[in-house]
Amino acid sequence: MPKIKLAENTIQIIKDVCAEFNNSEGELINVLHKVQHKLGYLPAEVQEVIAKELNASVAKVYGVVTFYSFFTMIPKGEFPISICMGTACYVRGAEQVLSEFKRQLKVEVGESTNDGKFSLNCLRCVGACGLAPVVMVGEKVFGRVAPTQVKQIIAEYREGCPSEVAKSA
Amino acid sequence: MTDYKIHLLICGGTGCKAAESDEIKKQLKHWIEEVGLEDEAQVVFTGCFGFCEKGPIVKVLPDNTFYVGVTPADAEDIVKEHLIKGRTVPRLLYKDPITNQQISDSKGMDFYKKQTRIALRNCGFINPESIDEYISRDGYAAMGKCLTEYSPEETIKEIKESGLRGRGGGGFPTGLKWEITRKSEADQKYVVCNADEGDPGAFMDRSILEGDPHSVIEAMAICGYCIGADKGLVYIRAEYPLAIERLKTALNQAREYGLLGDDILGTGFNFEIEIRLGAGAFVCGEETALIHSMEGLRGEPTFKPPFPSVSGYLGKPTNVNNVETFANIPVIINKGASWFNKIGTENSKGTKVFALAGKINNVGLIEVPMGTTLREVIYDIGGGIKDGKGFKSVQTGGPSGGCLTKDFLDTPIDYDNLLAAGSMMGSGGMIVMDEGDCMVGIAKFYLEFTLEESCGKCSPCRIGNKRLYEILEKITNGNGEEVDIERLKLLSNVIKDTSLCGLGQTSPNPVLSTILNFEDEYLAHVNEKKCPSGQCKALLKYDIIEDLCTGCTLCFRNCPVGAITGERRQPHYIDQLLCIKCGVCYEKCKFNAIKLS
Repeated sequence: MPKIKLAENTIQIIKDVCAEFNNSEGELINVLHKVQHKLGYLPAEVQEVIAKELNASVAKVYGVVTFYSFFTMIPKGEFPISICMGTACYVRGAEQVLSEFKRQLKVEVGESTNDGKFSLNCLRCVGACGLAPVVMVGEKVFGRVAPTQVKQIIAEYREGCPSEVAKSA
Repeated sequence: MTDYKIHLLICGGTGCKAAESDEIKKQLKHWIEEVGLEDEAQVVFTGCFGFCEKGPIVKVLPDNTFYVGVTPADAEDIVKEHLIKGRTVPRLLYKDPITNQQISDSKGMDFYKKQTRIALRNCGFINPESIDEYISRDGYAAMGKCLTEYSPEETIKEIKESGLRGRGGGGFPTGLKWEITRKSEADQKYVVCNADEGDPGAFMDRSILEGDPHSVIEAMAICGYCIGADKGLVYIRAEYPLAIERLKTALNQAREYGLLGDDILGTGFNFEIEIRLGAGAFVCGEETALIHSMEGLRGEPTFKPPFPSVSGYLGKPTNVNNVETFANIPVIINKGASWFNKIGTENSKGTKVFALAGKINNVGLIEVPMGTTLREVIYDIGGGIKDGKGFKSVQTGGPSGGCLTKDFLDTPIDYDNLLAAGSMMGSGGMIVMDEGDCMVGIAKFYLEFTLEESCGKCSPCRIGNKRLYEILEKITNGNGEEVDIERLKLLSNVIKDTSLCGLGQTSPNPVLSTILNFEDEYLAHVNEKKCPSGQCKALLKYDIIEDLCTGCTLCFRNCPVGAITGERRQPHYIDQLLCIKCGVCYEKCKFNAIKLS
């Protein structure tokens, strides 16, 4: 299999982050947070660079990346959609909201739509239980979402005018 | 606070921010400037008021008027009516659901009347981004007292006498933990604050860090003084960006004021605090897993002993307490152990914060003395069950806890009573369920959570929980047999007895407690292939009652999979093979012609 090569400046970004944490192995999680923040995700090629910089094995880096749900090895959509599946949201109908999103977007949890616009994920409790069930699109929180509202939320983001939906929610 | 005559406090917690409290603040400021009151009135972001159900909340001081469900459009009226004319805005006042009377002062609300706020004392009162406001409410006085008047031993004695137990779940006596760590000899020790609130449905730690971050900083410094550590670490979930931001601001302010750093208050005591981000793993709430995660490793637990108080972070003695435990410390020092231990029950002193959520009218964050009954919490403070439905169960302790029935409503809440009832205190999530919730489904929901969060290190937890989940799936799909219930019990007990850490040792609790308290529901699923609450989709069947169907075609048009057929003005039919049991037809039908069986 041909090897995917990262762009020089991407490698530089990773090296800079590692240097910022003194290339210390103990700072691995902080390094991963920062690199994911900058690059959006942590594919194997990126992990290799990090491992080399921190003088750790690739297996160790991979082990940590896959252990924590916050880290992802696949890119997220332009508008990442997260459905809160905490208990408070669950008993107030989060499951129905999730299945409506799956149906409308035709993706499973953890996948992105073909046009790269949306990705669908579950998360455990954003702590806005008063607004249950809660859906997050990017940084924006939608509270008391009913399955019937799902279509509208998606449509407005697809048309690229999220502010109006945000207000009505 | 400064010389302003009027203070408008607006909730700046995550919940209310999600409901546009930023915009409300902006609009309030705009209208205050518009009417020329900018030298008289001040708008302040505070921490969570607790009454999340009615958020966003705006409180006007000095008259203590409590406005609920405020929108940005209401800002004009609040300023023009209340501030200028001195008249409250009736439509924004809280209405008592029973008497239907409007209440303007929060002290008069049932939601607040039965609460005693110690850990949440400053949440909703002060601006969490101002160290001066914290200091004006006795902030850092406890630290000063310890550093200048008490020896570390005396401080530990005070904490021990207070009877404070860990609020993160286990309930280990805090003073004893400090004493053990103090006695461990080492050149370096650490204080760790566990802010990895992973229990779904619990948000008290986040609210304390968002609303009163200095109380945690102060307590960590006191702990450092007692155990002989000069370094503290806060391990916090990356999912809590606002709490992280507020904590960073607070740390910087404390450093500026010389309340952190070298030679604090000229006493020669040094203490510094660092933030470590979690990355989303429930198991990291377990002390040893948390410590491994801080070291940059996979958050897998290790066998205890050695306990962290002997060998923890980087192999050094480490004292781990959670956020709520720390938030109690300054009050205990200021008011004395004898004041604190008068509150609560014999073996559980003080108060406990609960995150009340689920099918309850008043979702929110509450703090009650230990020994308060579940009934008082659910009906008096929580305002009863949503939509007038019947109470079925309350779940405490999150994925490690259990579901309690109405028989336990009059049980006083404390560590021992909850354990005896088959549940546990946990971090304080309290999820209320009504008649419409299927208890087998709830057990399955929690197991799904445990499955995802099990770190995989030990086989009872990794494999056992998976098998438990499969049996529950079999039951909810209508393929269960009576012997499956026995299998669930047997396997649950094996997992409890043989798992390495607290996660596995408690993960079967939701299964065991639902079998114990709701066995008839399990039996209905396996014997009659029926889900009494109508939640298990595989056991449902939607039918159209011919006599009632008018042929309006509404169900036909709304069915997402085209499973409904029929002519206009003629009875319609549901193709059971195509039906995905989404229930849309049932909701849409105006003639009650859809039957659920």
